[in-house]
Amino acid sequence: MKIAFLAAAAIALTATGVTAEIVKPQDVAYVDGAVATSLTGTPGNAENGAVIMNKGAGNCIACHEVTALNHLPFHGEIGPMLDGVADRWSEAELRGIVANAKIMFEGSMMPSFYKTSGFTRLGDAYTGKAHPEGEVKPLLTAQEIEDVVAYLMTLKYD
Amino acid sequence: MNRPQTLTRAIAFAAAACVAAGANAEPDTDQLVVNEEIEMITEAAAPAHTENLSTVYSGWRFRADETQALQMDDFENPAMIFVEAAAEVWSTADGTKGNSCASCHEDVESLRGVRAVYPKWNEAAGEVRTLEMQINDCRENQMGADKWKYTGGDMTNMTALISSVSRGMPVNVAIDGPAQSMWEQGKELYYTRTGQLELSCANCHEDSYGMMIRADHLSQGQINGFPTYRLKNTKLNSVHARFKGCVRDTRAETFKPGSADFVALELYVASRGNGLSVEGPSVRN
Repeated sequence: MKIAFLAAAAIALTATGVTAEIVKPQDVAYVDGAVATSLTGTPGNAENGAVIMNKGAGNCIACHEVTALNHLPFHGEIGPMLDGVADRWSEAELRGIVANAKIMFEGSMMPSFYKTSGFTRLGDAYTGKAHPEGEVKPLLTAQEIEDVVAYLMTLKYD
Repeated sequence: MNRPQTLTRAIAFAAAACVAAGANAEPDTDQLVVNEEIEMITEAAAPAHTENLSTVYSGWRFRADETQALQMDDFENPAMIFVEAAAEVWSTADGTKGNSCASCHEDVESLRGVRAVYPKWNEAAGEVRTLEMQINDCRENQMGADKWKYTGGDMTNMTALISSVSRGMPVNVAIDGPAQSMWEQGKELYYTRTGQLELSCANCHEDSYGMMIRADHLSQGQINGFPTYRLKNTKLNSVHARFKGCVRDTRAETFKPGSADFVALELYVASRGNGLSVEGPSVRN
């Protein structure tokens, strides 16, 4: 119901040329771990997604190997290899996994990149100190999630 | 989801799992002998209380050959400078009572076996003590000297000296009796997923040891080699300093070195290595 509403709203907003509302982490609607609607309404930028795969709070290749990124050193092997990932998963499923993999895969080691509550001893980034009172930023912004999803959608065998 | 797609996924997952288990889940097969004399046990049947592992391995087995070589000869081991510094301190009087460590313990060799059984329940004090806590108790009460900072240079050097005379002896930390509740507390912390990355000790060091995380070859996180000289920061590192760094790296509010939480965690993690040799001071990356 919520998804249908959001989808309709997104279409309506696009149609009227108004910038779509960014879906907040607590408002993301997961269905079987997948998220059907864009978090921003702005198409993801696959090029920027490739950068996030390697850097900052993304750093996806710390755990996942991606042949298309083999010009970058040191790919991890904790998560599944991502070659052909777009053949195996739909865009909605990939969005859900990147945003919060633990919903589809209970107990997954993968960090939840679009989640802002429910942590134990939440710190202030890598300082080792407690997170100050107030707003918690997700590991990736809504648009960064979309960018990573757009990049993942380019990883096809055919 | 249609059936062929499901099947493809299942195959992809199975393949990924095979690759992970086959090629990378094991440490190397090298043997550690220090100074062509001390034969180290770097692989042992997991203690019964480490129910999710069948074999425990020293972190030495996960390091590159060049790093391993540095620990095989005390003349090559960069940590030995700190052991020598501590040997000086050992026989230097400090505090109001005019005592040095040697005043009571004579030669440091008399403490052979001590490192292997710490952390340990202290009946008189009614607490589980780490080696650092015991050293500070000696300084305060036997020497009338100021306590050392828990992870400071003096302290870590002294633990390296005391550990060095137990090298080759099997770690044998007691977890029953009065130490049990602290051990349980440490176990709970070991499996707690902390910080914004929601990672527990177990995620990396039990579920994923042997695999690469970016450029790091994950070990079992055993602490039989502590204190350890890390090539990364070119100094001797204490167990609690390493714990602090690990918890911080989960984007969590970390615990304080010397805190009850970390004492409990040390007791638990040390017990997971029961049967491995005391290696400290070791060399890691």
